[in-house]
Parts: sequence; structure tokens; C-alpha cells
Amino acid sequence: MSGLGNILKKELKELMTVQTFLPIILVALIFGSLGNSISGIQEQAKTPPTIGIITEDNGTLATMATNVFHTYGHVVYNGTTAADRDTALATISEKNGAALLIIPQNFTTNIQHNKPGTIQVYWIMKGAGLFDSIPSSAVEYIIATANTNISRHLISSNSSINATVVLQPTTRIDSTTFKGREFTGLSPTIITGMLTSQALLIPIVMMMIIIMAGSIVITSMALEKENKTLETLLTLPVKRTSIVTGKIAAAAIIGLLLATIYMIGMGYYLNGLTSSGGVNLATYGLALQPTDFILIGLSLFITLVAGLSLCMLLGTFAKNFKSAQTLTFPITMLALIPMFLTMFADFDTLPLGLKALTFAIPFSHPMMAPRILLFHDYTLYIAGLIYVAAFAILTISIVVWIFKTDRLLTGSTSKWAKLLTKRRRRPF
Amino acid sequence: MTETVTVKNLVKHYGSFEAIKDISFSINEGEIFGLIGPNGAGKTTTLRVLATLLSLSSGTVTIMNNDLVKNAGDIRKFISYLPEDAGAYKNLTGRAYLLFIANFFEPHHCKEMVTRGITIADLGARIDDRVDTYSKGMMRRLLVGRTLMTNPRLAILDEPTSGLDVLNAQEIRKLIKTTAQTGTTVLLSSHNMLEVEYLCDRIALIADGKIVETGRPQDLMKKYNVRNIEEVFIKVVHQ
Repeated sequence: MSGLGNILKKELKELMTVQTFLPIILVALIFGSLGNSISGIQEQAKTPPTIGIITEDNGTLATMATNVFHTYGHVVYNGTTAADRDTALATISEKNGAALLIIPQNFTTNIQHNKPGTIQVYWIMKGAGLFDSIPSSAVEYIIATANTNISRHLISSNSSINATVVLQPTTRIDSTTFKGREFTGLSPTIITGMLTSQALLIPIVMMMIIIMAGSIVITSMALEKENKTLETLLTLPVKRTSIVTGKIAAAAIIGLLLATIYMIGMGYYLNGLTSSGGVNLATYGLALQPTDFILIGLSLFITLVAGLSLCMLLGTFAKNFKSAQTLTFPITMLALIPMFLTMFADFDTLPLGLKALTFAIPFSHPMMAPRILLFHDYTLYIAGLIYVAAFAILTISIVVWIFKTDRLLTGSTSKWAKLLTKRRRRPF
Repeated sequence: MTETVTVKNLVKHYGSFEAIKDISFSINEGEIFGLIGPNGAGKTTTLRVLATLLSLSSGTVTIMNNDLVKNAGDIRKFISYLPEDAGAYKNLTGRAYLLFIANFFEPHHCKEMVTRGITIADLGARIDDRVDTYSKGMMRRLLVGRTLMTNPRLAILDEPTSGLDVLNAQEIRKLIKTTAQTGTTVLLSSHNMLEVEYLCDRIALIADGKIVETGRPQDLMKKYNVRNIEEVFIKVVHQ
């Protein structure tokens, strides 16, 4: 065999380990199932938006607009008086619709007298993710099409209406119902945009901390093995629990220091956001209070402990510094998945499978916390906190158990089954 | 004479492989007991079991009247283990490493322990240098200092002079001898037959996971009518 062939064979043999392939295979499986669920959401988004229409005006331009709504939307309510608004909204909501469009009296007359015709839009917003905003964007597109058609009509009929009104013959008055609250003057697109940008930094901060502190823990275990200090450590009069929690706590402190640095920057960023875009979010009760920040911090801390316990568990598989680097990959992916999920869709509007996956990944909870707390959904917050705490306790217990077995030193997994059958006696 | 270590019918499996096959021996207080055997004979596995690192598949081990399985936590308070290829935390100085270890023992005697460790290691001013700047010999001396500074009732030393030059090895042998004279029981493994002959009060020859001979070096040499332990070993193994 040639020198190159010999080296290649040796390198491949060294690299083709379970540790190298298992994380990638797991991530591929997760992405596969994620892709299937997301394509389902996208298919759903292609269908015409479900809307309701109330037309109080019988004029030509109002009829023209109504025709557009019928052509491009799936109309589930068709009324003639704004007094039926609540009934209409109830019907649309029942049919999982996106909005009620009301064309009031004098719509046509107003435009003909150089005043834009008003379209009142009552939005029913279900979630604040990017996917959730697809139906409202579709409705906005329908309204824009009606606007364009009216403009074309006015231009082709050589009317004496002034150019500004011809170019923009309609104006919109928005009112959005979201999570039981009504936001007058705001459309779902604006709310989603603001909430997304406001809640975006928490997932990024969470991801950064988990990746940084996580790699500290995994590397620490790997270095104990590589530097041959683990055997000595395990023969010292110190409880296995103390070794595990000591390592986790040290990484958590470093992680929190990093979080503090990020949070300072984020604080300034959020201050800027709450009054950005000419809309003061605080006016609508959409600004986080100091208590909310404490609760986010608590969620962040418990998740950090849970995440680091998971890293510690992975660290027990690390043979050396090189394999530790590979093991940080699944943690990174676990942090990325909820980040994208919470960015694209609201937890409430996720399909059941994705909802379960999002809830099961501990890192999701602090990422969801700002939005949850903004809308006072304390049940979901507390459930998440309890789940993450239980996850942390369980993972730490598994790690401590591994520390009490031979696995840490021998690297063998075949004995685990025997250990479970309690046929062997082990000191601890 | 009080027995510090009593091993009865110890068996250790790694999966289906039987590394230790029903061995029994005892070590008296203040004695230096050597486990001698070829590579893969089961020396390190035996030491690791006694150091509470590995589980035992069957049999009993008692150290200072404490059952190894039930009271491993208590046993760790009065044993000290030196693995064959041990290391220290590279970003610490020698002194900081000794202090880190001493802190796990009696908090009031930390300073004394560290001072003792520094004396044993005998690294001079280099004790305040980072461990990653140490040579192999210096590292081994630091680790021997770490092992013996706690005044353990049982010191378990796996190839204590492994990889050391003649002078360093000789220094460490003297240290082990002196330590045993202060009442510490020593269990060591070695390939070096001369070292064993010089150090050990009693030895056990181990081959293929079984103890094939036990006794005082002089008695064994007489029994097999040979001049040194190396020849005893060869004769026993060939039998």
C-alpha cells in the first residue's frame, strides 16, 4: 500500500467512530421531521385566506373592492351592516379566519369627492411567528389589489379626482385581536414585526451561552481524561454529586457572566425597540416589566443548568479534546432548533408534533418566555419551568450515576445492561 | 499484626473478559506489598478496584475494616492512589495543585499537607511554576508528593517510578521506604524486579488474572533456588 493510502486508511479508521456519526445522524433525523412539519405549514399558507366581508356601501367602487375580496379570499361571512360585526367575527374565528373587512357607507362617494375610502379591518391574530403572519399578509395583498383596481378604474375613466387619492384611493383602519386582547390601530404584521425583533435577542443570547458554557463543561470532562487527572479526582474523598455540580456550577457562573454582558447590550436594544417605528409598545401593554425580566432570568438560569447537565452527560462520552469538539454539535443544534421554531411560529399555533418537540427541548423555554410573559400566559411559563427543572434533576442524576459506574474510566457501554440488572457490585 | 487490606476471591470482568480471576491476598499495616506481573496480568485492574475506581464483579475487599462496596466514601479518606500515567491540572502551579488536593482532606491541616507535599516533591522554586512547564520527572515527583502528603493509611502506587531516570527513581524508592516506616501501608505494582526486591516486604506474582505465588522476596528466592526475583518470576510463569 502506498504511503498516501496507508495514511488515508489510518485516518479514516480513526475518524469513523460512533461519536463522529451519531450527532450528525440525530440532527439529520430532527431536521427531517422538522422539514416535514414546516412543509405542512407552507402548504397551508398557499390556500386563500379565510375572511368575512361587511359591505354597507352599494357604490361602484365598493362593489369593485368586494369583488376583489371574493376573488382572492375564501369568504365565510358576507354581511351588509356593521352592527353585525361581533357575529361576523365569531363566525370567522370559528372558521379559523384571518380578518373581517368592513366597507362602510359613503366609501364610493368619499373617493369621488377626493377623500380616500375607508376599509375597516378587524384582524384575528393567532400567533406572532413569521409563519403566523402569512394569512394577514395575504389579506393585506387582497386589500392592496382592491386599491390598485380602483386606481386603474379611476385613471381609465378620466375622473377629476386629485392624483393623491387616485394613487391611494383607500385607507385602512386596523384593529387586532390577539390572545384575548384588542390592539386598536395595529395590524398583525406590525405586532409580529415588533414582537419578533423584541424577542429575537433572548434566543440568540440563550444559544450563545449554551454553546459557550456547554463547550466549557464538555471540554472540562474531556481534559480530565486527556490530562489523566480524572482517576485521581475520583479517588479523592469528595462526593460524585459534588464533582458533577461543581463543574456545572462553574460553567453556569461563566455562562451567567456572559449572559450579563449580553443582557446589558440587550437592555439598551429593547429600550430602543419599545418606542420604535412610531409606535410605543408600552402604550399597548407590550413592554416587558422588571418582574418579567426577573422571570426570564430565572428561566434562563434553570435552563442553563439543565443544558449544562446535558453537556456534562455528553462530556462523559468525550475521550479527549477532539471528541469533545464533536459533542458540542448536538447541543448547538438543540439550541438552534427552538430558536428557528419560535421565530417562525408561535408556540400556540404550532402543529402538535412540533409543539411537543419545542416543549421537550429545554432551551425553548427561555426563548419563548418574553412572548409568554408579555401576554401573561403564566401557566405555560410555570409548566416550562417545572419541566426544565425536572429535566435538569434527571440529567444530573444520570450523570452522577455514570460517575459511580466503571463507564467513565473504561468507556464501555456493554456493561450498562448488566448494571441495570444489579448483578454486579459497585463501590461509590 | 493488623491487616490493612483483605482481598477475598476477587473477580473482575470487563464485559465477557475476565481480567481478575478469583484472587485473594492480605496486606499488613506498615507493610510494602508488591504486585508483580507482565503487561495485562491484572495488576492495574486490581489496584483500580482497591482505589475505589472500578467495581468488583464478585468477592470481597476490606480496607481498614471497611467494606469496599458499602463504604467506598469512607475508604477514600485514608487511601491515596497514584495511577501509572497520572497528570495534574496544567494551568495550575505545582503549589496550587497540591493545595487543591489538600482541600479535600482535613481543612485545618491543609497548610501542613502542602508543606509536606512540597518537601516530598522537592522541586525547589519550580513548585511555583505552571505544571505544563514540568518535565516528566518533575511531574512524577509532584504526583508522588501529592500521593504521600496526606499521610494515607494505604498508599496505592501503580508503577511509581515508571518513565523516570535512575536518579529520580532512586529518590522515589527512598521516599516510599520512608513513608512505610511512618506507618503507611503501601501496595504497589511494578515491572522492575530489582525495585520490588529492594522495596517490598512481601510480593504477589500475578499472571493472567491469577495470583500464582505470594511470599517474602528472600523466601521466594530460596524456595526456587535462584538469585533474584526476576528469576523467580520466570520460573513461576513457566511452571
